[in-house]
Amino acid sequence: MPQPKSDLTTRSDLKSARSELKSASAAPRSAGSAHHRTYRLVFPPVSGVFRPRLVALSVVLAAGTFVLFCWGLTTGDYPIGFTDVVRALVGSGDPGTVLVVEELRLPRALVGLLAGIAFGVSGALFQTMTRNPLASPDMIGLTQGAGTAVVAGIVLGWDGGLGTQALGLLGALVTALTVYALAWRRGTTGYRIILVGIGVAWICTSATDYLVAKGGRFQAQAALGWLVGNLNGRTWGQVGPLAVALAVLLPTALLLGRLLRTLQLGDDVATGLGTRVQPVRLAILLTGVGLIAFATASAGPVAFVALAAPQIAQRLAGTAWPPTVASGLTGALVVLGGDLIARTLISGTELPVGIVTGVLGAPVLLWLLVRANRAGSGG
Amino acid sequence: MSAEPLSTPDPDPDLRASGLRLAYDNRLVVDGLDLAVPPGRITAIVGANACGKSTLLRALARLLAPKEGAVHLDGRALQSIPSRELAQRLGILPQSPVAPEGLTVIDLVNRGRSPHQTWWRQWSKTDEQAVHRALAATNMTDLADRPVDELSGGQRQRAWIAMAVAQGTPVLLLDEPTTYLDLAHQIDVLDLVTDLNRRENRTVVMVLHDLNQACRYADHVVAMKSGKIVAEGSPTEVITAETVEHVFDLTCRITMDPVSHTPLVIPMGRHHGGPSLEAAAVQAAD
Repeated sequence: MPQPKSDLTTRSDLKSARSELKSASAAPRSAGSAHHRTYRLVFPPVSGVFRPRLVALSVVLAAGTFVLFCWGLTTGDYPIGFTDVVRALVGSGDPGTVLVVEELRLPRALVGLLAGIAFGVSGALFQTMTRNPLASPDMIGLTQGAGTAVVAGIVLGWDGGLGTQALGLLGALVTALTVYALAWRRGTTGYRIILVGIGVAWICTSATDYLVAKGGRFQAQAALGWLVGNLNGRTWGQVGPLAVALAVLLPTALLLGRLLRTLQLGDDVATGLGTRVQPVRLAILLTGVGLIAFATASAGPVAFVALAAPQIAQRLAGTAWPPTVASGLTGALVVLGGDLIARTLISGTELPVGIVTGVLGAPVLLWLLVRANRAGSGG
Repeated sequence: MSAEPLSTPDPDPDLRASGLRLAYDNRLVVDGLDLAVPPGRITAIVGANACGKSTLLRALARLLAPKEGAVHLDGRALQSIPSRELAQRLGILPQSPVAPEGLTVIDLVNRGRSPHQTWWRQWSKTDEQAVHRALAATNMTDLADRPVDELSGGQRQRAWIAMAVAQGTPVLLLDEPTTYLDLAHQIDVLDLVTDLNRRENRTVVMVLHDLNQACRYADHVVAMKSGKIVAEGSPTEVITAETVEHVFDLTCRITMDPVSHTPLVIPMGRHHGGPSLEAAAVQAAD
């Protein structure tokens, strides 16, 4: 039984929800409940459900993300030690090292970090909203829509005065609204969104392929490099919009999380529990679209992260839904890890990160699925 | 059941429908219906398939906006009550809801508290007590940590009812709560509904398929046909051979349930209950 953390505040009260349940019943509790153990966490008037396993997982994921983030900063033409990197991050140490780290390597690492978080959180939002892991943004056409818009900009040499970010956002937004409008029939259901989304994704993929085939060799090369998901040569100019977008969208995603939990029970139950289903769904859709669009515009459509990261996080956390924070951190871990592997696997060649996440993400997800089925849970 | 009943702030809710016209797209299902739900009682809505009984329940639960007319709760139209406030007073359990895979019973029941929660207050002491009482009232305490999808049909339905109980609403609407359950579990669920009505004074409206169960468990029966109320009142008043024939197009005999002393419907069918058999029965009785 955990002790109250009285060192934080004397009014804090971390008590086991189980203890009362136990006293309410004489029968022995079912075995194997430790994975699902929850506690009530109270700092009046704030209270919440405290899930030790989820919190521990998030801490481990955050630590892992930080290590990979710094590790990524150590690698390059000019190797820098791990401690020197950490020191350079806070602005102290050799000025040359600080320059290399902050000006050349930090943008790339930050784009990887932020895009990974955005992919993971966006996937978690969509998968929970539609109650289906297949309805992640990279399956229902949003990534593809953003891709088509950006490739059109590259190949046709026209961006209407808009940067890559705005084009990506526009493409994802138009695709999302198309999918939502086509799937609408007295409200929207998860499976209709998936079916329509897969159709729209193929249309976008075809359009992108056509543009690449039609484009000149140099432009096609640039478009292809971007299309597999690429962190090479990112600059602060790409970090800025992404960081601003996340500063707005991540808190929104966290606030929407509570409403997602009722939406997950189906529209009728959610309405009965006082959730205004259609406005909430639209808010989730727009938040998810924003996250995926900004991330795709700065890092390219990095394969598989939005689909796999929430599912990996959900299984590691032992929850019945993709946990928002852990999904984002898993996404960051996958992108940063993938980029590290992409850069070090073949010396002298820098593979785009999307190739690595595609190759590594799929087996990880399959392994988790197989393991969960054998254990008789999840699936 | 050792738990105290949850306090219901509004013991005599006034739920009524007036001039209700309900349609899906352009298909009119209910036309010009008036209903006053007796407070503190159990009301059962019965009728043949597609007679509009579930549609009426959905309208009472504001899951379906009426084309004309309105449903009023304590004098206010449902559509004008903020959804959160309404969810604190009126609970709905749709037919055969599906829980996400792996969701534990206690997590499901806790979601019943969401109309009382805010993003900074997600599990207060009151929430915790309400959840534990709901679990105790539905006899689900021992199964609190089990995933809902691993439970038997009867246990699963009790888990969902526990969620609705934790919501703590004075009015509870149930859409065919016994569907897909075997007979023992049907009785189990209906006994539980009676507990909630008698011990916690909750007003219950439920759609039921089984007329005999409606007679036994409801104080007030509403019989519907083609989107209209054909008869309503106590089971003895409503469930007569004439009404059943009119509503279900079924000839039957009505006898008395020897256990609950409520009407018991004995359908005739085509192969049984002809005049000769009737005569044989009279002879046998002699």
